[in-house]
Amino acid sequence: MKNALGIEIPEYIEGLGELKPFQGVWESIIGDEIPSTNIVRTLKAKKAHTSKLCSNLKEAIKKCKPFDGMTVTFHHHLRGGDGVLMQTIEILDEMGIKDITLASSSLTSAHDGLVPYVENGMITRIFSSGIRGRLGEIISMGKLKHPAIIHSHGGRVRDILTGRIKPDLSVLAASAADEEGNATGAHGPSAFGSMGYADIDARYSKNVIIVTDNLVDYPCVPGSIRQHFVDYVVKVDSIGDATKIASGTTRITKSPMDLRIARIAATVIEHSGLFKDGMSFQVGAGGASLAVAKFLREDMKRKDIKGSFMIGGVTSYGVDMLNEGLFQAIFDVQSFDAAVSTSVLNNPQHIEITCDQYANPNNCGAMTNKLDVVVLGALEVDVDFNVNVITGSSGEIRGASGGHSDTASGANLSVIVCPSFRGRLPIVKDRVHTIVTPGESVDVIVTERGVCVNPSRPNLAAALKKAGVKVVDIKDLKKEVDAMTGIPAEKQLGDKIVALVEYRDGTIIDVIRNVENLS
Amino acid sequence: MTPKFKAQAGTFESSDIMVLIEPVSEETGRQIDISSTVMLQFEEDIKNTINQVLDDLDIQNVHLIAKDKGALTPTIKARVEAAVKRSLGIQEGTM
Repeated sequence: MKNALGIEIPEYIEGLGELKPFQGVWESIIGDEIPSTNIVRTLKAKKAHTSKLCSNLKEAIKKCKPFDGMTVTFHHHLRGGDGVLMQTIEILDEMGIKDITLASSSLTSAHDGLVPYVENGMITRIFSSGIRGRLGEIISMGKLKHPAIIHSHGGRVRDILTGRIKPDLSVLAASAADEEGNATGAHGPSAFGSMGYADIDARYSKNVIIVTDNLVDYPCVPGSIRQHFVDYVVKVDSIGDATKIASGTTRITKSPMDLRIARIAATVIEHSGLFKDGMSFQVGAGGASLAVAKFLREDMKRKDIKGSFMIGGVTSYGVDMLNEGLFQAIFDVQSFDAAVSTSVLNNPQHIEITCDQYANPNNCGAMTNKLDVVVLGALEVDVDFNVNVITGSSGEIRGASGGHSDTASGANLSVIVCPSFRGRLPIVKDRVHTIVTPGESVDVIVTERGVCVNPSRPNLAAALKKAGVKVVDIKDLKKEVDAMTGIPAEKQLGDKIVALVEYRDGTIIDVIRNVENLS
Repeated sequence: MTPKFKAQAGTFESSDIMVLIEPVSEETGRQIDISSTVMLQFEEDIKNTINQVLDDLDIQNVHLIAKDKGALTPTIKARVEAAVKRSLGIQEGTM
């Protein structure tokens, strides 16, 4: 069957069940298709004044009675420094557990160690918002038994609430926790900030283990994860590589190209009609995307604009803007650098939120639905404004869906910033290799060679032209870039589906096919 | 014309190409070795561009090594021309 974007989606996949095709950004959400939930909170029992503390992770995992075919879940707040996910998988492997479904909120460069466990069939299914590095390559080559499912951040919460993902064991790292399992990422030697992605796992997993390198006196405050959801607590020497978990501040790019794109994007925002008191704003942490915050900050000061709130994906740069009074509050589902932790801990206007509140399409108060402006990156865009953030130029899985489609769907103005070509590869295509965010939810694409406005927003195009912004037809931009770079030869892909891209409402928006011989 | 000296032009920066020329004896023809970050997408294109510059400069016998980081065609042409002219001793430069 074909989905609304004309992509052939299989009706059924062995090991994953029936699939629904993408019908449009809001079709299933505002229609009569509110999914029924078949998940129940696991009832647990604990005698008064007994201890949850285990001497090591293996002991705690044994107490959870792991079994073949189970689903193990994690959060990715430890970023590239995570040591907990790999430790857990190694312990489960030692215990001889097989046929594991791995459902981490994302997978990073710290998880290349999963490769042998995928290749030998210990891990047979993967749900994640991102897959990178060597792991992305071997999945692209078809080494995972069942196709990987790439979901959005909001989509993951929905997947757990609908029972698509059924967590049997959740091993959740914290930079501080107490003996009952109250846990946070806001302080401690490995502080990483918000624990927003872990909340849903803690609430609905059959077994919850908190792992920390910093066991504090009871009670641990703030309780990002609360004790009544936690089965066991483990104190370990290290939850990973502290230099990669808790290092420094994020700096604004110095790349002239990124800065130019960011300057244009800030001008687009200024003339969008949304640049006024009470504006809400989200920006990514990547090069041009974060740099937009720098110019917006200057523009807001110049015009004396006071915004309402920022969400994200919070960097120390956003914290600076909060402290300067440019915004009233930050809603923080994930902190991108260590300097943010102190603010989460001490500033009541810096509010830690769950991923459910951030982006779940099936609740009635997701922050993304209250967003005015979001600035997002892209690996590729196409003439229909679809965006790819998951597959690279050889067709390999090497990115993350993250909150891209969540925020794009909710924001009044979704701005994509990207160069028109990277290292001779044109970024504007007739059709992106993989659609993660549908063009229907994208308003503007900003490149160094001009700004493309979605034809569905003629008033915006007119306003930008009037303000002197160079607005170009996306098809003309594509021709101009192709003339400079030449038309790239496209790699032939195989027939095997190696991953499914799930839209935030649970429908399938695209499939990823296998690539042979990635070197 | 026949290259007399080893010569090079370009850098390893992104969007540039490093071209190395080695003289070879007469009648050996052109040996062109290309490595590129966009090999998959532009191998033929890069080869054709290099051959075209060599044709224009009438170079039949040469060993040319190109290490490309996604250079555009005008960049490739300029780097090849500079390297060849240096190898002929008709332009001052490195090596």
